[in-house]
Amino acid sequence: MCLAIPGKVVRIFEKHGLKTGIIDYGGVQNEACLVYVPEIELGQYTVVHAGFAISVIREDEAREKLAAWQDAIDTAQKNGVDFTIPRNDSPPELN
Amino acid sequence: MKFLDEFRNPQIACQLLQEIAATVTKDWVIMEICGGQTHSILRNGIDQLLPPHISLVHGPGCPVCVTPLEMIDQAIAIASRPDVIFTSFGDMLRVPGSEKDLLQVKSEGFDVRTVYSPLDALELARENREKEVVFFAVGFETTAPGNAMAVRQAARKKISNFSILVSHVTVPPAMEALLSSPENRVQGYLAAGHVCAIMGWWEYEPIAEKFRIPIVPTGFEPVDILEGILLIIQMLEAGEYGVKNQYNRTVNREGNESAQRVIREIFQKTDRNWRGIGTIPASGFCLRSEYAQFDAARRFSVDHIQTRESPNCISGLVLQGLKKPTECPVFGKECTPAQPLGATMVSSEGACAAYYQHQHIKVTTE
Amino acid sequence: MSVKIPEALTCPIPKTDYDTIQMAHGAGGRLSAELVEKFFLPRFRNAILEKLDDQAVIDLPPGRVAISTDSFVVSPIFFPGGDIGDLAVNGTVNDVAMSGAKPRYLTAGFILEEGLPLEVLHRVLLSMEAAASRAGVNIITGDTKVVERGHCDNLFINTTGIGVIATHLNISAGNLKPGDKILLSGTIADHGAAILTTRKGLSFSSELTSDTAPLNGLVEAMTTICPEIHALRDPTRGGVAMTLNEFARASHVGILIHEERIPIQSGVRGACEILGLDPLLVANEGKLIASVPPEAADEVLAAMRQHPLGRNAVELGEVTAENTGLVVMRTALGTHRIVDVPLGEQLPRIC
Repeated sequence: MCLAIPGKVVRIFEKHGLKTGIIDYGGVQNEACLVYVPEIELGQYTVVHAGFAISVIREDEAREKLAAWQDAIDTAQKNGVDFTIPRNDSPPELN
Repeated sequence: MKFLDEFRNPQIACQLLQEIAATVTKDWVIMEICGGQTHSILRNGIDQLLPPHISLVHGPGCPVCVTPLEMIDQAIAIASRPDVIFTSFGDMLRVPGSEKDLLQVKSEGFDVRTVYSPLDALELARENREKEVVFFAVGFETTAPGNAMAVRQAARKKISNFSILVSHVTVPPAMEALLSSPENRVQGYLAAGHVCAIMGWWEYEPIAEKFRIPIVPTGFEPVDILEGILLIIQMLEAGEYGVKNQYNRTVNREGNESAQRVIREIFQKTDRNWRGIGTIPASGFCLRSEYAQFDAARRFSVDHIQTRESPNCISGLVLQGLKKPTECPVFGKECTPAQPLGATMVSSEGACAAYYQHQHIKVTTE
Repeated sequence: MSVKIPEALTCPIPKTDYDTIQMAHGAGGRLSAELVEKFFLPRFRNAILEKLDDQAVIDLPPGRVAISTDSFVVSPIFFPGGDIGDLAVNGTVNDVAMSGAKPRYLTAGFILEEGLPLEVLHRVLLSMEAAASRAGVNIITGDTKVVERGHCDNLFINTTGIGVIATHLNISAGNLKPGDKILLSGTIADHGAAILTTRKGLSFSSELTSDTAPLNGLVEAMTTICPEIHALRDPTRGGVAMTLNEFARASHVGILIHEERIPIQSGVRGACEILGLDPLLVANEGKLIASVPPEAADEVLAAMRQHPLGRNAVELGEVTAENTGLVVMRTALGTHRIVDVPLGEQLPRIC
């Protein structure tokens, strides 16, 4: 349920009395209603579902987590752990 | 795309898989609530990568799957009126009613349109004042604020030719209902990340407490799902329960309070019939009496329509995680995406359709 | 090639008594003749058409003849990167070219809706003229009918193409061999995404453009380097997934493709993500998929990349003896899943 995709707010305006924005998703832009993220500012990322921004992405949380993973990968690789995806040679089970 | 690609990184996925494998020692059954997560799991083959100790079962979080047949028939009855422009998310157009689906209604010459946002439907009502514009308001808590806003705007701007056919459902009562079943196998929940973006996860704390299980609000990309599984396995192996948030870039405990406010302003709780599961008390939203004039079921007097399901379909058991789609005797035979008997075969995120598309035949790899 | 306003200015709309199509324009009388003389002939002028006989009479060089017909009902008729006119030329040129044939002649049948502005017809004909000239084909016979308002959507076009196949070529969807390499000429889903972004009810503003283009030049470059190419097809409706499945079924082989090699423009991907569409199932109008013997693959790929319409060509995967009739994708995570054919038109979804 609930397909929602992150995009960047590139324009903010008012439409029929509602805070509205243009959101950029990797080069394609679409309008979204911003009434549920009243605090959002230009340049911030938001998650959009069915034309409504439902959450402002906490970039610091995302960055921190990714950095921690990267550190762990780097450390493990120094210790000789292989991080290539294991080649799946057996047929997937029908279950 | 930022905040998408990073969470599809195979290296990180691989690291999480190794951690999961190092943590798990016993057999565990985890349910992903949300059909979007089911879709991502099968699309990326995450189930093929997990240690055999872990079984994933697919939950009821797919509005296409759980919207009861009579709602589809009511939608078809309204859409078959010459004075109506019937609007819906694309998802609902192929869901079979008792006799036909909405696309067939369109082919009969009636005005059925796909919209991307409920505000697009409201815009159509503005542009076509001589027509009745009806929006099929399905979905979970994620979709409810948008649909509520369309009604609120219609009321404020006095757009009287707009109405919605409401079939909203909410997740926590269904989670409780599944856990309360004597046949329950689920030992941990991956909770639906985007539902939690709206509602937060405070509602899950009493459920985790009562049933002593881990619940983890989780995102939709492979890395999110694997981290969610890891968090659950860590808690299960340690004998812990409670709520831990995987999707912290999008979700917090309180959720989106302005969205919750508008939901409460427009909707009130109601009992809902879940297709294949049955009636769950206080498991959905309907319009408050102040907004009853925007209720399409009343406006077009279709609330009396009742229907019966195909006796061969086991989608109810599939939705409760009690059966796998492949355990169904008609799966892939009488029931296929082209000729679905139940809604779980219709929706691209329905468990049966997802199985059919991604796993229906054994694959040999070199 | 898209219709540009400057072109229309250098070629102003012919003067007539009407601004819009009337039923009489299809009735065979004076207005019909005027439509042919003022609108169609100046655009498609060539010796065969000019005779205005009931049929075109042509000489073809010896060899097997490839014929293909296709009807074009695209809505909207003008879209970013093209319109129904160049689509009608390119689509049929490509279908003929996928046999390895050199497309030479096209026929064109028009169904016009009463009330269609002549300006619109003029613009469509201008882009057909430009597309035919780019593809190096002549439009040699045609037909026009007018239907009452509401009985068609602006205008529909049917084109039939004829080409001659060089004797040493043997290209067919049934010819794939295990071991073959699957080559794809560029980014996927551009046309379908461009059309979607113009559909009413989907409020997009974007730079996505259709990839509509004639592929006969690219095919010629490929068959010159490697006459042993086994199969060619342009993945239009149903997308890359449809074409690969057709290949696998027709040749009783399996096809394995690699997710991380799929070329897709960022904006197209964005549009597909928002609408919940699988880009493998979205239409292309200027791309081809080839199955080539492994020893020739690198050479053919290099030749494709030399051509402007193959700059982003990739080796997408290979043909296998296992998984007969199936297309399997190795995902970025190293897992495998089946790539099935779409049920029908993909509908934008929110869940």
